[in-house]
Amino acid sequence: MEKIICACGHSNPYGTKLCEKCGRPLTEEEKQNKVVDMRYDGMAIRSKTYNKSFVDKIWNFFSSVKVGISLIITTLIAASIGTLLPQEFYVKASDMEKGAYYADVYGTFGKIYYKLGLSDLYSSWWFQILVGMLAVSIIVASLDRGIPLYKSLKNQRVKRHESFMKRQRIVAEGQVTASAEETLDKVAQKMTEMRYSVRRDGSALLAEKGRFSRYGPYINHVGLIIFLSGVMLRLVPGFYVDESIWVREGETRAIAGMDGYFIENRDFVLETHDNTPQGEQVKQGVNVVAKNFQTDITLYKQPDDALPGDTENLEKVKDYSIRVNHPLKEDGFALYQMDYRLNELKQMNFELINKTTEKSLGEVEIDLTNPKKEYDLGNGSSVQILVYTPDFDGFENGEPQTKTSIPNNPAFLFKMTTPETPEGEVSFVEIMQPPLEPLGENKYRMKFAAAEMRDMSGITVRKDSTIPILFVGGVIFMIGVAIGSYWNHRRLWLQVEPDGRVLMAAHVNKNMFSMKKDLDAVTTFAALPSYNDQLEKDEAGEESTNGGNKEKEGDNTL
Amino acid sequence: MEKKKKRLVLRTVILAVLALAIGYTVYGTATKEKVELVAVGSEAPDFTLVDLNGEKHKLSDYKGQGVFLNFWGTWCKPCEKEMPAMDNQYQVFKDQNVQTLAVNIAQTDFEVQNFVDRYNLTFPVVIDKTKSVMTAYNVGQLPATVLIDPEGKVAKIITGEMTEEDIASYMELVKPK
Amino acid sequence: MSLIDISGNLLFVAFIAYLVATLLFGGSIKQTNATGKNTGRWGQLAIVVTIIGFLSQLGYFITRWIYTGHAPVSNMFEFTTAFGMFIVGAFILIYFIYRLTALGLVALPVALLIISYAAMFPKEVSPLVPSLQSHWLTIHVITAALGQSILAISAVAGLIYLLKVVDLSKPSKQRFWLEAVMYCLVVVVGFVAVTSTFSAMDYESSYNYVDKEGTSRKIIYNLPPIFGMNEYEVVEEHGMSPLVEMPALINAKKLTTVVWSLLVGSILYLLIRLIARRRISAIFQPLVKRVNLQLLDEVGYRSVLIGFPVFSLGALIFAMIWAQIAWSRFWGWDPKEVWALITWLFYAAFLHLRLSKGWEGRKSAWLALIGFGIILFNLIAVNLILAGLHSYA
Repeated sequence: MEKIICACGHSNPYGTKLCEKCGRPLTEEEKQNKVVDMRYDGMAIRSKTYNKSFVDKIWNFFSSVKVGISLIITTLIAASIGTLLPQEFYVKASDMEKGAYYADVYGTFGKIYYKLGLSDLYSSWWFQILVGMLAVSIIVASLDRGIPLYKSLKNQRVKRHESFMKRQRIVAEGQVTASAEETLDKVAQKMTEMRYSVRRDGSALLAEKGRFSRYGPYINHVGLIIFLSGVMLRLVPGFYVDESIWVREGETRAIAGMDGYFIENRDFVLETHDNTPQGEQVKQGVNVVAKNFQTDITLYKQPDDALPGDTENLEKVKDYSIRVNHPLKEDGFALYQMDYRLNELKQMNFELINKTTEKSLGEVEIDLTNPKKEYDLGNGSSVQILVYTPDFDGFENGEPQTKTSIPNNPAFLFKMTTPETPEGEVSFVEIMQPPLEPLGENKYRMKFAAAEMRDMSGITVRKDSTIPILFVGGVIFMIGVAIGSYWNHRRLWLQVEPDGRVLMAAHVNKNMFSMKKDLDAVTTFAALPSYNDQLEKDEAGEESTNGGNKEKEGDNTL
Repeated sequence: MEKKKKRLVLRTVILAVLALAIGYTVYGTATKEKVELVAVGSEAPDFTLVDLNGEKHKLSDYKGQGVFLNFWGTWCKPCEKEMPAMDNQYQVFKDQNVQTLAVNIAQTDFEVQNFVDRYNLTFPVVIDKTKSVMTAYNVGQLPATVLIDPEGKVAKIITGEMTEEDIASYMELVKPK
Repeated sequence: MSLIDISGNLLFVAFIAYLVATLLFGGSIKQTNATGKNTGRWGQLAIVVTIIGFLSQLGYFITRWIYTGHAPVSNMFEFTTAFGMFIVGAFILIYFIYRLTALGLVALPVALLIISYAAMFPKEVSPLVPSLQSHWLTIHVITAALGQSILAISAVAGLIYLLKVVDLSKPSKQRFWLEAVMYCLVVVVGFVAVTSTFSAMDYESSYNYVDKEGTSRKIIYNLPPIFGMNEYEVVEEHGMSPLVEMPALINAKKLTTVVWSLLVGSILYLLIRLIARRRISAIFQPLVKRVNLQLLDEVGYRSVLIGFPVFSLGALIFAMIWAQIAWSRFWGWDPKEVWALITWLFYAAFLHLRLSKGWEGRKSAWLALIGFGIILFNLIAVNLILAGLHSYA
């Protein structure tokens, strides 16, 4: 690719807009402009320079800011579509029934929504590719712009050509009465006072402040990329664990995903505020508000050499109360209080009574977590459990069946032995039902006396080793955004000819308002000619000329 | 020219790495949900559980034998159906170095004992009270059967009900040669 | 007088102060050249009254905080009121950078509308559910609201910019959409008017209905029902019966509110048009005739620059930290989260368009208005329509 030789003799790479050395405009377009495009300080944007091979074409596609913006807008629209209906992970239906759920609840629209995969939009391949392309765009566009900009700003010359100066937004030209040296000294003094760094080269001066703010956008892009790579890493096995377990009060369970650890649920606590809804709250249907969901647990760990199933020598790690907003943290894992179910049967008490006299021969307490074969009531009476079904579901071939292992609907086949009935009587007892007596009329029956309940806690087990990466990405992003937003890059060029003619130009990448305050100060202090804002003159005609719709390149520089 | 070539290589590498990363993400998300049980060919997680007679069973003690590892519950109808068939085949294969081990998922001793008595089961039945073996094998649906070869590697995973012929062929599969 | 009464009174004082300040800003614009820098006596008085109002509302905020024991940003009323307060705060900040009195003429009415809107929700103190009991409630919500408020100022500047530059004498798309924005503002007034009127009358009609899951529920309307809930049965009815029954998917009560607001808003709008014999934009145009466009553009851009980092920090980063602590995952694609992301993406696009495509002036002003529209959508529609974890009303 051919080089561009500037009038000053410097050889610039192809695509350069303003000579790297003296600042003369090099393209016809820039020569025509009253105010030059200072976005990348006139450097050649790399993508614009090579456009030969297939790889270059792809590269240039992603390098374009226009493409970047289109990707942002597309992602934005796609993301909004996903909020039209609840996503699948918020829908309480099993995988099989989800399609039917959307069709039932949201009609034809829901059916189409589900069919198009919009109900699981954020994990769809195309949404991920979209975000991936956005990441590629961020990387490529930043590389193409950031590196040349850095080089250009690092190698700035103090002395610029007149044609460069006169094409800046702020220009001043005129005579000063003081000597060249005196004027330069005064300007240097004032600018240093205002914390500019001042460089001088003969009769030329460059005062500069806040150059680092030009790097803000690139820094925040680095942060975003680190963040996105962190998100990607979650898919690598071992980085991310997401399990959930139910633990009943009194139970000790292995923690899924957290090898070698066991959790004992000692107590589940549900507290409510003693608020009474009043006034408008009643109208709006405000209910009594929950105050606290808490599971008091003990965390155990197996000895290092123990195998799964070996629960003999569990070592206690700690006691903790897991509450919402206060997860238990251990060994890179966190356990969260996520859900609960109240009142599952734990123990049932029955009285053995004589049907006619209603006289009790004693009470049996059946611990449903560990029922015994036989309960001796003394004085010759005893109760045997022949069959226990925690979740009775009818008979099959005369055998009582259970639907699950959870005591939702416990039923027992009892054999009652009393001094009066030494051979024993058999009775089938189901909760809330009259007893069945399959072997004929009994003299005794088991009368339900009391029950004990227990609660269940839903605990989420989470490990996310990418969090530190995400955090670093987030911090770098914030630093970059803050630098780019709250600081700006101000420059002032000044040249004094021996005859007292002064040429001054100023540039700021944003916030011209503040720059003008600096300019006012230095102009007054050093008795410089007053400056002109070349864009302000343009703007006065905005209404009358073309309604301001002209597609003009921004003066604001990245 | 040298510089230009270098740039092309650099661009190709950067784009390729990014494309791979995106590809991995899409692939990873698509396959994330399908992880089930332990992987065939991998080392079967060792464990130790106690059976109804108070005897300890440690998987690694059966090295050199094939192991027919069955996860079940009394409420699970297909489990119930295949139990007698398993017991028959246990009788056939126990002298050919194929061990059968039935792991009950956290039920009470009473229920399990009752079940074993009802079907006169002779193979060892252990209870996984804390569900830690179930977790280690990542068992979801019952019944689930894991076949372990004499080297202690997972040879095959079967979820769902099996016929007696199935059971026989599976035991044959892990029989030491 | 208890602390909560004092709190309420302070809010009322703030409201009146903003109202007075708006009028004063109006006066200042007529009187001076309003180009900034040399503010007239009216302008000085206006900003003083604004600051008094702001301090009074800050007093409301602090006293309510002390009374309830948590930052008063936990329900629709509290959050929206705070949002209004932060807009006034952001306006004061920008005012002292640029001394642009014209901003007050739009910023304060917008804040007034937002606070009035807030007042339509239950004002009673409600205790916090467990997931909200965290310091992150204070940190996340206040930072996010602050960011949104600063971003809102760019829309204020944009609206003034457009009021000045859009040619209202001949039909154009821009003229239509500008008037549409004004119409929306009038509809909010309509909502406040109709809601407070019926609430002053203690209007109530109640119905039983069947919701989309098939369970039977009871609902109380505070506006005369236009639409009936799915399979509704009257429990107690006053004034009128629902004209149309809606399917279970649509909340007919909310639809009724929307339609009432549109109805009253449209009537108000027509009345204004009839009396003034001009478009609303045309009524305001003379007031902003002398503002400096370049300064307005700068204000619009600057407020996005100031607000964007604050919004990113509050609505995304702090949100993620809290979500990780409370819900075990930093991001869950909850509608509120998604719309915060959309807002963020939108302003990112805004900055890129401005920086590299040179979208300044009008285009930038329109974008700022759309951005504010997204923020309001996230505040109103996401909470009330797209139910998710963040719905507090």
